[in-house]
Amino acid sequence: MMTAVSAADVAPTAYAWEIQASGLRVRVGRNRMAVDGLDLSLGTGVHGLLGPNGAGKTTLIRTLATVLRPTEGTLELLGESAGGMGEHRALRRRIGYLPQEFGYYKRFTVREFVEYMAWLKEVPKADIPGAVQRAVERVGLADRADEKMKALSGGMVRRVGIAQAIVNDPTILLLDEPTVGLDPAQRLRFRELLQELGKDTCVLVSTHLVEDVAAACTDVVLFAEGRLVFQGPPDELASMGGPEHVGDSPLERGYSALLQGPEQGRGAW
Amino acid sequence: MSVEHASMRLIDGYARGDTDIAADEVWALEAHLEACRVCRDRLSAAVTTQATAVAALVDTVWSGLGPQLAATATMPRRRRWSAWMSAWMTPVMVPWLAMVVSVTLLALLLDLVGTGSSEVSLVRLLAPVLPVLGVAASWSRGLDPAYELTASAPRAGLYLVLRRTASVLAVVVPALLVAGWVTGMTAAQWLLPCLAFTSATLALGGVVGVTRAAVALVAVWAAVVVAPTLVAGRTTFALQTDGLPVWGLVLALGIGVVIARRGAYSVLGAHR
Repeated sequence: MMTAVSAADVAPTAYAWEIQASGLRVRVGRNRMAVDGLDLSLGTGVHGLLGPNGAGKTTLIRTLATVLRPTEGTLELLGESAGGMGEHRALRRRIGYLPQEFGYYKRFTVREFVEYMAWLKEVPKADIPGAVQRAVERVGLADRADEKMKALSGGMVRRVGIAQAIVNDPTILLLDEPTVGLDPAQRLRFRELLQELGKDTCVLVSTHLVEDVAAACTDVVLFAEGRLVFQGPPDELASMGGPEHVGDSPLERGYSALLQGPEQGRGAW
Repeated sequence: MSVEHASMRLIDGYARGDTDIAADEVWALEAHLEACRVCRDRLSAAVTTQATAVAALVDTVWSGLGPQLAATATMPRRRRWSAWMSAWMTPVMVPWLAMVVSVTLLALLLDLVGTGSSEVSLVRLLAPVLPVLGVAASWSRGLDPAYELTASAPRAGLYLVLRRTASVLAVVVPALLVAGWVTGMTAAQWLLPCLAFTSATLALGGVVGVTRAAVALVAVWAAVVVAPTLVAGRTTFALQTDGLPVWGLVLALGIGVVIARRGAYSVLGAHR
């Protein structure tokens, strides 16, 4: 029996920010710091993580998903320390994660795959069918739910990825490049879903499409060379750029204005 | 649930939609109805007797909805078997396990035909490394497409690794048991090295990644034991009965390291 409001729903949270990092450094490979001294506090809402290629976005998201361990600094997720050797089972139950390379089993149907992920995420057994149906409906795949994954198009596979990320009703949702392969209509629908999720979830979306951020995000996190360059509402980022900066929209001009300094002398793109 | 139930007077009034029920009473009744099946049943009975207008409306809606519901395809029955299977192994492990079993059968066939070195049983030479291949496939970045998703799940870690290892052993050990029975080996002669290699793969895998560990161990086994044995045509120390305590030690050591470093299986490193 499901009550309208459970004790867990009305319990006060014991943390100020869903994601709080200070002095966070993450080493990748032998001696490259992909995240290099990051101070970041993220609360409920949709946060767009912007940055050039190789800025360390994927490493940061993996660290937040607790699959990479911080080398230095502190990272608190939902008030719980995410460093150290633990398995973070209780914490992981409340995190949804869509990796950049979303791998799946071709022979599974959409429903079987999302069910499998729900099992991996320790969703109570009795809740799994309902949770799976809800997640599949939210990404608009209810009519294809019993088709094999190998019969789906790239955009649909991506939507299955989003469905598996939200199947456990996460408090922190980490999406690494979720809009790759979505057609314009799907992207619009996806932005609506993001806004809906952002009402009670801390959503971090990594992207390099500036227009996605403008449309769906309440907050922009600009990240370059492992460091935080800017954090604030999209309007503020847009106001940083002037007509002399490269870009087609105010937001793009703001983006290039902030990244211009150190990047300019390199000659690369 | 609570033993106190709502009175019939209250339920009847609620079903009729009486406006004279106090607000706090309505609130308490609704909160109780949410949690109490017995009272919900009583309420639905009260609706049919007390509020005929509502009952008629519900019947009309049902009669309109009935044909549509019949036409809608119901959700297909969950395939119990596949749900159960995926809790123990990934689909990518299946071809590897099939390969392991066919290698066992092939080795057995060669043993029975009696080609090559007649002194040493081929099954016995291969037995320790056969499960290693299955274990490598069960927790590998290169072979498992969903590795990153799996690693990020709460169930990831030692628990899932052991579950998948157990399913590998459940396939490999019976195959070897048959082979051992046919060729007349005692179970300890191959079972102990087999388990020792499995635990060593997992232990080493926590440091360098399970696939790399498996490749390294198979290479070492091939170079140190299989090649000399096939060349010399006699059983090396590693496979004699005197060697069993050493295998026991390796097994214990492997299990110890795996338990001590259990956190290593829930991060990306162990998937290499």
